[in-house]
Amino acid sequence: MKNIRNFCIIAHIDHGKSTLADRLLDFTGSVTDREKQDQLLDNMDLERERGITIKSHAIQMEYTHEGEEYVFNLIDTPGHVDFSYEVSRSIAACEGALLIVDAAQSIQAQTISNLYLALENDLEIIPVLNKIDLPSANPEEVTDDIVDLLGCDPSEVIPASGKTGMGVENILKAIIDRIPAPEGNLNEPLQALIFDSVYNPFRGVETYFRVINGSITKGQHIKFINTGKTYFADEVGTLKLNQVPKKEIKAGDVGYLITGIKDAREVKVGDTITDAKNPTTNAIEGFEDVKPMVFAGIYPVDTEDYEELRNSMEKLQLNDASLVFQPESSAALGFGFRCGFLGMLHLEIIQERLEREFNMTVITTVPNVSYYAYTNKNPDEIVIVNNPSDLPEPSTLNRVEEPYIKATIITKSDFVGPVMSLCIEKRGQITNQTYLTIERVELSFDMPLAEIVFDFYDRLKTVSKGYASFDYSPIGMRASKLVRVDILLNAQTVDALSALVHADNAYTIGKKMTEKLKELIPRQQFDIPVQAAIGAKIIARETIKALRKDVTAKCYGGDISRKRKLLEKQKKGKKRMRQVGNVEIPQQAFMAVLKLND
Amino acid sequence: MAGIYIHIPFCKQACYYCDFHFSTSLKKKDELLRALIKELKLRKDEFKETPVETIYFGGGTPSILSNEELQLLIDSVYENYKVISSPEITLEANPDDLDKDRIVELSKSPINRLSIGIQSFFEKDLKLMNRAHNADEARSCIEEAKKYFSNISIDLIYGIQGATNEQWIKNIEIALNFEIPHISSYALTVEPKTALASFIEKGIIEDVDDEQAHQQFLILKDKLEEEGFVHYELSNFGKEGFFSKNNSAYWQGKSYLGIGPSAHSFNGIQRGWNVRNNTKYIKALERNELPIEIETLTLTDRYNEYIMTGLRTIWGVSLKKVEEDFGKLFKDYLIERADIFINQHLLYIDDEHIRVTRKGQFLSDGISSELFKLNLA
Repeated sequence: MKNIRNFCIIAHIDHGKSTLADRLLDFTGSVTDREKQDQLLDNMDLERERGITIKSHAIQMEYTHEGEEYVFNLIDTPGHVDFSYEVSRSIAACEGALLIVDAAQSIQAQTISNLYLALENDLEIIPVLNKIDLPSANPEEVTDDIVDLLGCDPSEVIPASGKTGMGVENILKAIIDRIPAPEGNLNEPLQALIFDSVYNPFRGVETYFRVINGSITKGQHIKFINTGKTYFADEVGTLKLNQVPKKEIKAGDVGYLITGIKDAREVKVGDTITDAKNPTTNAIEGFEDVKPMVFAGIYPVDTEDYEELRNSMEKLQLNDASLVFQPESSAALGFGFRCGFLGMLHLEIIQERLEREFNMTVITTVPNVSYYAYTNKNPDEIVIVNNPSDLPEPSTLNRVEEPYIKATIITKSDFVGPVMSLCIEKRGQITNQTYLTIERVELSFDMPLAEIVFDFYDRLKTVSKGYASFDYSPIGMRASKLVRVDILLNAQTVDALSALVHADNAYTIGKKMTEKLKELIPRQQFDIPVQAAIGAKIIARETIKALRKDVTAKCYGGDISRKRKLLEKQKKGKKRMRQVGNVEIPQQAFMAVLKLND
Repeated sequence: MAGIYIHIPFCKQACYYCDFHFSTSLKKKDELLRALIKELKLRKDEFKETPVETIYFGGGTPSILSNEELQLLIDSVYENYKVISSPEITLEANPDDLDKDRIVELSKSPINRLSIGIQSFFEKDLKLMNRAHNADEARSCIEEAKKYFSNISIDLIYGIQGATNEQWIKNIEIALNFEIPHISSYALTVEPKTALASFIEKGIIEDVDDEQAHQQFLILKDKLEEEGFVHYELSNFGKEGFFSKNNSAYWQGKSYLGIGPSAHSFNGIQRGWNVRNNTKYIKALERNELPIEIETLTLTDRYNEYIMTGLRTIWGVSLKKVEEDFGKLFKDYLIERADIFINQHLLYIDDEHIRVTRKGQFLSDGISSELFKLNLA
């Protein structure tokens, strides 16, 4: 155990985490030349394309230093606020963390919140100043920022470059010298922390765990404490680039487990694995049932594809247990599902995976958070509103509560003004303002979560010219004034376009929505009135004017085939539209409300 | 029935709206003529026994060629193809080429139909479109041509920026006063990569207005129909017996041979198009090669083309023909898809034919697209 080191990497998106991880694998000979590719650990196409980590990953490296052989377990964690819980569990599985900071961009909000998590879990932090080969690098100043933040000695900060490989050896040495070896008792009953799981269509769910005490052996009868289910450990092993089956994984080490579980929902991140006959009395602390934060309807573009969509969603849920869904129906869109997501990125990922991996073309409706409504009849009974149509009639409504978050934004002092204006516009209340350094300010706000769902990230990026980072955590429900804004096309309510918004913003949002829809819905053979309404009251109106001319003047010998191809293409494009009444609505119009400021 | 189209890719100057293939340099004219004659010869077996009923000189500006040059091409058609005894031979001509002497000269050639690019009788419009002729030439050439030709067509453009409905009515009335038997009339269209498109993008000229074009289209239709013209294709009006035979072939799915750079050919199943570049065209024919690309149409492609062209014409889409040529499934699909447009009074069925209504006429592309079938990917 004394030669094992378990660590994770804390970094902001684009600060070079995955590239540096590639370097560590490379240097320790954990990958052969043939296996090398960029962002080795991010094995989902989506992760590679976007340069982000969505799933946690783990990989074991072997490294000999001064004649001693060491085993390193690197647990790569997602870098997005949607996946904060997964990050917290990965951190709990480690004794140390590499804090990677971009030498040009310095520390960002996401980094800080994960750093605090790591410090709470008593992790040893190794600060790494990355990308120091960049012309825009500002090593002295960023080192000062790190020293301020950690209270460490400047000499502890390791300069590195994932690109050139500089500093990699020093990092490996620091991992050995500074990160403590795991402490665990091999003789105690098994106690292992599940920090992630991956769905394998052939082998079922692969569970990734860290053994705290005792050991897990092949064939052992085991139990997951929180679900109460028992299994046999069909296979255990360590995670190299490929899985290496082992007879036993002992306290302090990291490994994978295969039990034949077919449904990812049985494997809950944060759960404790123990022995079925001789269970531990201590479940590992910090377990939470992950709750969806954002809800939206997902519908097939073609109503006939409903069953296929259900199959695809079920398969997706097998490997993404944080996706929840239940059937719902919409007058406009027919049958579909109300889905819960961890956040907006998660929503986008699900939508994209449905399209890519399952070849499903879907319509996603306006997302909303989960509200609590109370009626006059039962003023103490919560009505959970996950869908605009769930909101009780205004006349019967006693009150509404909406989820609030504590938002932490770190930005340059130049942008404090615009960032504050944005947060106040988004109904935020400032609770704290701290200068981390002369240039860098941390702002804290209490804000409604709903405001984050609507175009907050993009706006924040714009007002801060990209120099703001953002993180949040829920702080409970607070009273709210909520109304449902309905959209009528051709005098017919399109329920899938309804949105729940704060009463004070209803007029502005109604107006912007009608304008946006006018822009997105193609002109048709007749005038289409677009109206926004609260109840029976119309609050905004636009008209999509009828097409006047939709024919080319000339169609002679040379024009026929070009023209046919053009019209065929047009027809194909229409397959992505949804007919509601006699109006064709393009897929993206259903999400229009999210892009009102474009 | 078969037709031969010969593309003459030269113009004196470029009209701002034009996206046809042409060059304003005449340097390669002789080489090109030789190449056209070579192509006519190399393709002489394509029609087999089907006789040629129409010959059409299009462009570009074919009237840029001398009578002798045109005669060489006509002779070459006769040498290589079977031609009926009185074919329709059309020459597209611009007013600036049609002075009195030239008209007399042309009247002595086998050319028996003139299609004159008038476009407008108003100076302001002609300038805006960068036409090579002026308003006086527009009128005088028709007056002269009338003396020697009975089968004359003129082109007129509507929907021109700044041209009011009143002016458009005047344009039509001037044309009607000449008592010519055929008028082709087009909405000014902004084609990509034309000078017009670039002027609009830069804000030098305002964009065309669909509403104005639609109004002027209806004015045109009403006025010409009142005068006994048949609106036989979206942009073509003719007195009985004076419809363009050559162009009708395109809309009726008949075979045609396209000679010259950028010209298209069709044999009922395959469509071919020649390279859109004078030098490449000439070089290929010097090597005795045809610079042509060919695609074979699927059943679905042919159905789609029939719908698209049929809806533009007075002949409409025959349900019987759809069933015979494409099968019952296509016919049932068509009837089902057409229903929504029939309810919107954009299409109507009469005598087993689907046609566009007056209201649907200016929307027929979108309607066609809805009636299309898609090839399975």
